[in-house]
Amino acid sequence: MDEKNKQLLTQLLSGELPDEHGRFGEFGGQYAPETLMPALKNLDKKVKTLLNDSAFQQDLSEELNQWAGRPTGLTYAKKLTELWGVKVYLKREDLTHTGAHKINNALGQALIAKQLNAKRVVAETGAGQHGVASAAACARVGIPCVVYMGAVDIERQAPNVDRMRQLGAEVVPVTAGDQTLRAAVDEAFRDWVSNPDDTYYILGSVVGPHPYPYMVRELQSIIGKEAKDQIIKATNGLPDAVFACVGGGSNAIGIFHAFLGDESVELIGIEAGGRSQKLGDNAATLASGKPGILHGTYSMLLHDEDGLVQETHSVSAGLDYPGVGPEHAFLQSIGRVTYTSAEDDEALEEVRACCSMEGILPALESAHAFVGAKKWAEGNQGKTIIIGLSGRGDKDMPTLSKVLKI
Amino acid sequence: MFGSELITNSVENTKQSGPAIVPFITAGYPDKDSFLDLITALAKTADVIEIGVPFSDPMADGVTIQRSSHAAIESGVTLKWILEELKTLNTKTPIVLMSYLNPLYVYGYDQLVEASLEAGIDGFIIPDLPIEEGEEIREVFNKAKLAMIQLVTPATPENRINTIAKHSTGFLYAVTVKGVTGGNEGLSKEVVGYLETVKASSNIPVCAGFGVRSKADVELLEPYVDGIIIGSALVEAIEQKITATDFLNTLRA
Ligand SMILES: Cc1ncc(COP(=O)(O)O)c(C=O)c1O
Repeated sequence: MDEKNKQLLTQLLSGELPDEHGRFGEFGGQYAPETLMPALKNLDKKVKTLLNDSAFQQDLSEELNQWAGRPTGLTYAKKLTELWGVKVYLKREDLTHTGAHKINNALGQALIAKQLNAKRVVAETGAGQHGVASAAACARVGIPCVVYMGAVDIERQAPNVDRMRQLGAEVVPVTAGDQTLRAAVDEAFRDWVSNPDDTYYILGSVVGPHPYPYMVRELQSIIGKEAKDQIIKATNGLPDAVFACVGGGSNAIGIFHAFLGDESVELIGIEAGGRSQKLGDNAATLASGKPGILHGTYSMLLHDEDGLVQETHSVSAGLDYPGVGPEHAFLQSIGRVTYTSAEDDEALEEVRACCSMEGILPALESAHAFVGAKKWAEGNQGKTIIIGLSGRGDKDMPTLSKVLKI
Repeated sequence: MFGSELITNSVENTKQSGPAIVPFITAGYPDKDSFLDLITALAKTADVIEIGVPFSDPMADGVTIQRSSHAAIESGVTLKWILEELKTLNTKTPIVLMSYLNPLYVYGYDQLVEASLEAGIDGFIIPDLPIEEGEEIREVFNKAKLAMIQLVTPATPENRINTIAKHSTGFLYAVTVKGVTGGNEGLSKEVVGYLETVKASSNIPVCAGFGVRSKADVELLEPYVDGIIIGSALVEAIEQKITATDFLNTLRA
């Protein structure tokens, strides 16, 4: 990193970025329909007050602790350590209530929605984890919840659809567009545009118009704060590298943030490499995208020379998204975080390895992080790493039985 | 006369008595071959013509324009194609492109201005570009005298309506509902107070749109605005093989 980039990182860490327009350097912003602008401005104000309000923070922290099951453990992965030749620690977001990091954000936003007196909540979901987390958090907080989910995802993440309904949410199938996460986001925005006064939109990742990327990062950064304390206790030092999968980028930003200022710690995000590197065959936005505007933010984007957003492919529904959070685009541009990708087959292989060696069924999304870690280990023997195990794989059983013929 | 000046003038001096009629169509829908003929036909009655650039993620649009956009993209309609086609058209009726920001951003704002002037485009409506993010593009358009038509909605507070009105050129677009395009619930009388506020805030003509489907809707809006935008209902009429002019005539008092 050169001096200019170091300075930008300092500004990020001091809270100067995102600036008042929601910009992380050139990325971010608020490209929303006019109907939503008053609601977004109001949310921005509320978020700034609440996140600095000790009563709210205490509420949130109590709920995270006694309802959502935080802090989550940091597990020493003995057999992977032997196999890869690096000391592997797993940050266990799969152990949270509802089974993925998504609950940190959903709970936080549901509490914010309550403070805003929202009468109903809408959410989108890809893998169904954010939908389940939102349904649970809304039940807990006492607000009705509608979840938009692409028809393709409804099929491949069927167990989560039933869970959402059981938790009292209305699940609306989205048959428009590509019928996956991106179409579900489109539809959730349309709902919100139609009900800007009484509805709150719990967006599931660090994407969307300001203040979402900032707010969701703040709510997810607990992952990294815990992991840092835990690894220092376990090893008397910082890790050499931290790995996380990147869809929209919320679990990754969550685990990375506490380490951004620690120069010695390499941070590596792993996107979905899908079937191949061809446009349309993957969801590796940072690796092969170009800057553009989607879902209210200026960030890296998979789109063609006419500015049309491209369909993506990943075996994991949660990574199957053509955009990525603006803060990741920023961190890539200043060279603080490296982004690579893992293909479907490689991720499936790591699901198998983690199951048989560590007795943990990871989400297909999380398995992408294992692929990146394993490759890195080849040239870094003897070092210590943390992998963000963002969620558990129970939801993937329909896909796993089809693909792995379990 | 061209650009924002021509738009303002056309809305103020309508072809027929009554409010200015501003039809919207999705470019190249229902098929690419009839695109220019459709515009030529519309130009006979329309005071301004709004052409939708199809986008993959139309998040401010209802089912009809989602459907037309999707079909147009499938048949290969792009911003480039639209600009090329329009070059061969000769009409005095001002033309406005309605596009989400990303296709315009990718095209490049300076190149866009150049191509727009060649294609006889007079202005733009960008539904995902609030005033806060629009400074750069407004400056480029203003220099070329192209209109940047801003939207206000019933969710917009009064002081913000004032600010937006100041930034708008050509006309000010008053969205009649809190919602996406299309809407089939009919317009409610509550819209009147809002439109009076918008009209009072604006030094340029005000055109109302979103959810205008019937003569009753037009009659409700007419006393308060200078023009009326008809989108989804027209696209649906075209789908049902009703000629655009016939349909627009059914809306007139
Ligand atoms: C378990 C799990 N990990 C990761 C993701 C990807 O999202 P993000 O990149 O926002 O963490 C998802 C999304 O659904 C998920 O369910």
